[in-house]
Amino acid sequence: MTFIEMLGFGQKGWAGLLLGAALLTICVTATALVIGACLGAVVASAKLSGSRSLRLIGHVYTTVFRGVPELLIIYVIYFGGSAAVTAVGSFLGYTGFLGLPSFVAGALAVGMISGAYQAEVYRGAFLAISRGELEAAQAIGMAKGLRFRRIIMPQVVRLAIPGIGNVWQLSLKDSALVSVTGLAELMRTTQIAAGSTRQYFLFFIIGGCLYLVLTSLSDRVFQRAERRANRSMPASMGQA
Amino acid sequence: MASANRLLVRNIRKSFGTHEVLKGISLEARDGDVISILGASGSGKSTFLRCINLLEIANEGEIWVDGEQIQMTRHHGQNRPQSQKQVDRIRSELGMVFQSFNLWSHMTILENIIEGPVHVLKRPKADCIAEAEALLEKVGIADKRHAYPAHLSGGQQQRAAIARSLAMKPKVMLFDEPTSALDPELVGEVLRVMRALAEEGMTMLVVTHEMSFARDVSNRVIFMRQGVIDSDGAPQDMFGSNASPAFRQFIGNFGA
Repeated sequence: MTFIEMLGFGQKGWAGLLLGAALLTICVTATALVIGACLGAVVASAKLSGSRSLRLIGHVYTTVFRGVPELLIIYVIYFGGSAAVTAVGSFLGYTGFLGLPSFVAGALAVGMISGAYQAEVYRGAFLAISRGELEAAQAIGMAKGLRFRRIIMPQVVRLAIPGIGNVWQLSLKDSALVSVTGLAELMRTTQIAAGSTRQYFLFFIIGGCLYLVLTSLSDRVFQRAERRANRSMPASMGQA
Repeated sequence: MASANRLLVRNIRKSFGTHEVLKGISLEARDGDVISILGASGSGKSTFLRCINLLEIANEGEIWVDGEQIQMTRHHGQNRPQSQKQVDRIRSELGMVFQSFNLWSHMTILENIIEGPVHVLKRPKADCIAEAEALLEKVGIADKRHAYPAHLSGGQQQRAAIARSLAMKPKVMLFDEPTSALDPELVGEVLRVMRALAEEGMTMLVVTHEMSFARDVSNRVIFMRQGVIDSDGAPQDMFGSNASPAFRQFIGNFGA
């Protein structure tokens, strides 16, 4: 079999599977990003809150999920989650082992890690908002909720975009670790292709290239978002 | 009687930690009064202004706006407003202009000006836009309506900030050193807008270092020193021969 056949879309070709796997990688990462955004927002507001115990909870969350290896967290969620699902199953009368779907477990694990990093991004973005602008909002009579919606949120989003781009890139690479749960995302599929054709070098290089394509494409998307969001800023403030 | 005053402040005290910044300040402003508050830095004049719209909460004292008292309550030995709703409403009736402009950087000038009327006062957007355009015309930056604050000069930003406050149709305008952050050549354009406002009969409290504004535009000058009102009077008396020694020394430092 020639390289062209192996890499083509034909019966024996791996192109279709690899592209599908890349798509699955994007889906896992995107789901994780959304989960992480929700967790990150909650954790960031805990860390910024006036309550000492909430601040402590937020601090513990970011310390644990940034400080423990990603792979370990994936194992904990996948096997721990499966054990929990099995326990619920046996309570309801099922006797066998029930697995947490690997997509769900993977997205949740990567999302929880991403949430810890996103929390720091949001916290930094909030602290970067000019105190004077918040005072002006108070002084004009805006209630707390209105201030949050009209003054804080839009600016946090704008200031967070570069940081979120960074977190997205990290999550995209973390998602490769989800391959240990058997989910046929890009890493796992590359491994299978390499193993079954014995063309290790070729397929791992191709897998690596596909990751690079994904990261550089997403880089562009974030750059464009950043430019759009920074329309209101002076041109000198670092827009390449 | 309280209701005759646009603003009545009685015996305001404020400490930061053990340092007492305001040691019992009282003031009343009648409709159309333009009161300049002078004093060296650290004399408490900005803190006093910020206590009026509760950006700082005074430890003691009463504040009445247009005959309505801001209700305070004690909580763990600290003074605290009884109703945040009342505070927000009173704030919407008091215009505040800051030293550093504080326009919302993510909004255009027009959006800055209609933000309060549309979202706080919940007035129809079309009306607010029409009024905002007239205000921009009045402060002389109609051509900047779709620009963002960062693209304006300091003087233009401050005039936009004044327009933003005026859009709320405030009962009293508070100015906290409105020209102190400006390059000298931009001070005049802001003072001209403030002078026009005074001539229209707006009630104004102006913390300032602009002696010419205090002398020529305001009808009352208050000189604060070490947290108390040192002297208080019409500008012709204050700047005349019977000025207090401390005030005379203060304006001497300005070469006025």
